[in-house]
Amino acid sequence: MANSNTAPGVSVTAGGAAAFDRRNFDWYVDKAVQAIVFLCGISAIIFVLGIFVFVTKEGVGFIFEHMNVREFFLTPYWFPSDADDPEFGILALMAGTASVTGLAMLVAIPFSLGAAIYIAEFASGKTRETLKVLVELLAAIPSVVWGFIGLVIMNPLIIKWFDVPVGLCVLNAGIILGLMAAPIMTSIAEDALKAVPDRYREAAEAMGATRWQVTYKVVLPAAKNGLLGGVLLGVGRGFGETMAVLMATGHAVNIPDSIFDSVRALTATIAAELGETVVGGEHYQALFTIGILLFLVTFIVNLSADLIVRGIRKG
Amino acid sequence: MTSANAEMFQASGLNKRNERVQNSYRILFGLMTLMLITPVLLILGTLVAKGGGVISWEFLFTAPTDGMRTGGVLPALLGTIWLVMVALLLSVPIGVCAAIYLSEYAGDNWFTRTINLAIINLAGVPSIVHALFGLGAFVIFFGFGTSILAASLTLAVMTMPVVIVATRESLQAVPQAFREACWNMGATRWQTIRRVVLPNAITGILTGVILEVSRTAGETAPIMFTGAVFFTPFLPESVLDQTMALSLHLFVAATQVPGIAEEVPFGVALVLIALVLTMNSASIAFRMWLRGKKKW
Repeated sequence: MANSNTAPGVSVTAGGAAAFDRRNFDWYVDKAVQAIVFLCGISAIIFVLGIFVFVTKEGVGFIFEHMNVREFFLTPYWFPSDADDPEFGILALMAGTASVTGLAMLVAIPFSLGAAIYIAEFASGKTRETLKVLVELLAAIPSVVWGFIGLVIMNPLIIKWFDVPVGLCVLNAGIILGLMAAPIMTSIAEDALKAVPDRYREAAEAMGATRWQVTYKVVLPAAKNGLLGGVLLGVGRGFGETMAVLMATGHAVNIPDSIFDSVRALTATIAAELGETVVGGEHYQALFTIGILLFLVTFIVNLSADLIVRGIRKG
Repeated sequence: MTSANAEMFQASGLNKRNERVQNSYRILFGLMTLMLITPVLLILGTLVAKGGGVISWEFLFTAPTDGMRTGGVLPALLGTIWLVMVALLLSVPIGVCAAIYLSEYAGDNWFTRTINLAIINLAGVPSIVHALFGLGAFVIFFGFGTSILAASLTLAVMTMPVVIVATRESLQAVPQAFREACWNMGATRWQTIRRVVLPNAITGILTGVILEVSRTAGETAPIMFTGAVFFTPFLPESVLDQTMALSLHLFVAATQVPGIAEEVPFGVALVLIALVLTMNSASIAFRMWLRGKKKW
């Protein structure tokens, strides 16, 4: 660099603004990469829109041509393949999804919040690391394996313990779904607790508060929104779960009277029936309409979870 | 020490009560954590006890015979490997680039928030809705038919958030000073990313990729109508073939095959869960090793 300190593309002789013209090869590469990376960046938005567009495209025919809104939402009669007079009422399916998800949340919310508090506030060192790894591994078990567990392990246990004829019921699927949702909720709740700055805890401890008082009076109120967001995401997961509820609920169209009744969930109905339908037929379109409903509900749940969590960041 | 001083440090009644309350809550929450973990360990133990007997080289490397009542899982195992590989080829490049955009280019504004919301939604939409999307878009609209390609595309869209989130985290863990030093040398943004940011984040990205393998291998609903079939006597040869898959094979063996020996579905479940948990543990171990050797 003894006789020239000009970088490629920088012309000293041109003078003025042109002297700082940086448009060399690397500059163009940089711009090209920026464009590619931007396209990939917005791919998530494109995919979500794509999901909505394609699911709607296949299901919209049913909404406009066959659907009677009252009948669809308010009758429990789901006989989609009746040749003469098919009936499409999803009330019983919604009741099935709601009962299983509800029971799952009764199981999952207290246990996962308790576990999150223990891991984040009480446990330390090796214990905490081990518990976190275990929770993460629990979250990794595929849903079809959970369904299998419901089918072959829980089913005989429920029949034996509660002396009922069928063990594939709301109770079975609720417990399975609760165990599935709990690890996810635990790790989100634990993140929310960890997000509370340590100086809050230190200030409270300096005033002589015990660990529990710090947790109860300081950390929990500060992490409230994050915890609520985590619970909502867990509800979304439970609501959209497919294989496990397909295998563990008994798959009978039924509005449950007790936790020992078999039910059928919205998601499981699609999974079980889509294979038998004719592409473009009424039944096929009705299943896609249920898909639109599932998409919209989870979208709203995720959106509210996000808004709630963002609430704390702002506040 | 006078007795007055000693008294000063004596716990009062209130202190003792607080201590007791704290300890009972510690025990309560500890028990809840245990109750969450123990049943699952018991269940895994049962799977091993009942399915361990059928696992053998023969089980892994032969095809099902006698209407799937006997024989092994080879086509399903190979099918899962195909599906995962093709899905990774699609989701890793796009996911890593998306994370680079979010970490290195995007500002803190409504547009970035919209992208983040879309990522959360992509991960949160029910798997069966992804299946409907895959059927409507890849199988019918783009005309791929029920094939490995269509199923893998569906899986790729569904699991991409895993790669994006893991990559973004490892990119953001690279100190800002590294980038600034590089910019000061006159490097462009891309040169900085390629020479400085990515080499420092690559192992973290790999962790995310392994995690995604484990997620992809376990999914069932998205592949049911897009490319995986209950049974096919052929091994897949191209991305346009249909295939069996381990996860779907477990569903089929557990519910659709009358007269199947009890331990066969247990064996399939064990192979699937061993695959998923091995990949997951590898990812976790890798992450811990990384954390231990981090220099900054």
